[in-house]
Amino acid sequence: MDRELLNDNDFLRDSGFCGHTACPGCGEKILLRHVLDVLGPETVIAAPAGCAAVTDGIFPHTVSPVPFLHTAFGAVASGAAGVRAGLDMSGRENVTVLAWAGDGATFDIGLGPLSAIAERNENIIYVCYDNEAYMNTGVQRSSATPSGSWTTTTPSGRLKSEPKKNIDLIMASHKIPYVATASPAFLDDLKMKVAKAKRLTGFRFLRLFSPCPPGWKSDPADSITLARLAVESNIFPLFEIEDGERWSLSYESSGVPVARYLKTQGRFRYLSDDDMARIQRETDRDYNRLKSLHQYNGYQKIVVEEQ
Amino acid sequence: MKRVISGNEAASLAVKLSRVQVISAYPITPQTTIAEKLSELCGSGELDAKFVKVESEHSAMATLIGASSTGVRTFTATSAQGLALMHELLFWASGARLPIVLVDVNRAMAAPWTIWCDQTDSLAQRDTGFLQFYCWSNQEILDSVICAFKIAEKLLLPCMVCYDGFYISHTHEAVEIPEQSDVDKFLPPRDAEYRLDTKDPRTFSGGTLPANFMEIRYKLQKAFEKAPDVINTTYGEFDKLFGRSYSAVEPYYTDDAEAVLLASGSAASTAFHAIRKMRQSGIKAGLLRLRQFRPFPEKELLSYLKPNIKYGVLDRDLSPGTGGVIAQEIRAILNRNNVRIDINEFIAGLGGRDITVDNVTEILLKVRDDKGDKLQINWVGLKN
Repeated sequence: MDRELLNDNDFLRDSGFCGHTACPGCGEKILLRHVLDVLGPETVIAAPAGCAAVTDGIFPHTVSPVPFLHTAFGAVASGAAGVRAGLDMSGRENVTVLAWAGDGATFDIGLGPLSAIAERNENIIYVCYDNEAYMNTGVQRSSATPSGSWTTTTPSGRLKSEPKKNIDLIMASHKIPYVATASPAFLDDLKMKVAKAKRLTGFRFLRLFSPCPPGWKSDPADSITLARLAVESNIFPLFEIEDGERWSLSYESSGVPVARYLKTQGRFRYLSDDDMARIQRETDRDYNRLKSLHQYNGYQKIVVEEQ
Repeated sequence: MKRVISGNEAASLAVKLSRVQVISAYPITPQTTIAEKLSELCGSGELDAKFVKVESEHSAMATLIGASSTGVRTFTATSAQGLALMHELLFWASGARLPIVLVDVNRAMAAPWTIWCDQTDSLAQRDTGFLQFYCWSNQEILDSVICAFKIAEKLLLPCMVCYDGFYISHTHEAVEIPEQSDVDKFLPPRDAEYRLDTKDPRTFSGGTLPANFMEIRYKLQKAFEKAPDVINTTYGEFDKLFGRSYSAVEPYYTDDAEAVLLASGSAASTAFHAIRKMRQSGIKAGLLRLRQFRPFPEKELLSYLKPNIKYGVLDRDLSPGTGGVIAQEIRAILNRNNVRIDINEFIAGLGGRDITVDNVTEILLKVRDDKGDKLQINWVGLKN
């Protein structure tokens, strides 16, 4: 059923989505293109300050094929709720409201309003493209930055020592209909999750893995490869949480060592072998915990396509 | 129909009569009873609006920015800390040219904590691009909120209607409640030229380069310059339908006055009462009531300010390091127009200190008997 739904929506194929100013190898634009491809033209985007806002185009240029509302940095969640209210009050309940925000806007400055619209179960799809730092301002640490990562505010000698905030668990604690993670290396899974989110009503939260070559100091050509390694090494497991209760893993990883993932990026170049061993232990612990929560609930397991 | 209602109820009924479609507000004293009344009206179905119950004032304004961008009519109310928390988004609302109407129930800014009245909260928002009106009665609140929607939607500017916390917000007065059908005639549904529309997709408030930003700000200034005409036309239409007239500045007993006080809000109504009493004892005192602060009513004020009359400006606010905000603004227009009138500046009533009839009398006598001690800021009723 999901696949049929996907095939009905390819409106971006014609518009091309050309002319954006994102960096080579940027995850965000790949993600937005595929998310919009599933959601279709009856969608309104609200986006705060961040890479997505800047790379859509500078006035008078825009690449967005759907109405696009820029908001203040900490205001995307409330702004999207306002768009929802306005559309509902003008007979446009069928239009999807898509909040599209980076990790800084989601994990940090916008967390209060995000929690509020989740608690109110606003009929919105909220997507966090997670590139694990303030990339638009030039790579400063956010609470989504993983421990051991270099950023301009966690330089060598003062690497980030705190773990990444578990935003998925925070969102699931609001008992919202749908929380999911997805990756540009697993597009079928990603598109099926967006399609599933579209079918549901209420608040839906998706966190998408968004490689950032300039911030991660990685080769733009490697973005999809390292996104795949992030999933295979359990750094970024793919899963869903429905109604805050039913957890399900979307993909059984091969469990490659985390070092293989970490070594693809210059931001992790200061890590010692001991650091990598610690990250391996923490990743195993988190993944085992996730597996213990996993309940197979009939969701179709994805088929990994060979590249 | 006349009803005895509080200032906050007058604001709420005006919102209902204006057929607002999206409301968003957060509780803060002394505004809270507006949010309560509007929740009740939405709950009972008397008002067909969506009330978005947000977790902060920052989110209340953000919600209205989103909602107003879809073309619907929007409203919020707040006070002091809440207005300050909205500060960032007040600029956003005007820059995006959204006709959002906001009621600010004036309350002093902490620290230290206080819930009582002064006008520093809204006057401190003078550069945000909101039209600002100040009321002195509950009837005026109801009328001003209804007019505010019409003015805001014509000019594509957000609008703030302000009145003093407790002195007006919680005082009950007889208010003429207009018929819904008459208000509908005066204020048709909002017809937004641009809105978030999937049939006509556009991008709103995106990044601009130095090549464009100044022109966008210039247009904002031009809208404010056009505002006096639009406001006066709106008041004319309102007067025709409802028989009540308003203007940016209202003069009382100024023609033959020796000393005139400029004041706004509840202090102006106390001054009005004091001046009537002074007139009975033969003292030629007068009042200029400032109803409108943005755009600052330069033309109107200049038409009333006369070199042979002595003036006092009563500021229920403080801009530390300068003094009274209204006095500062009046000096600016006098200078710009090469008018030599000296004004005496009075700071009074901060944080809910009562401004009494005796205070006003004392101020006006001081103004009348002034011998050129102009630069000094006079603090009224300050304890040693």
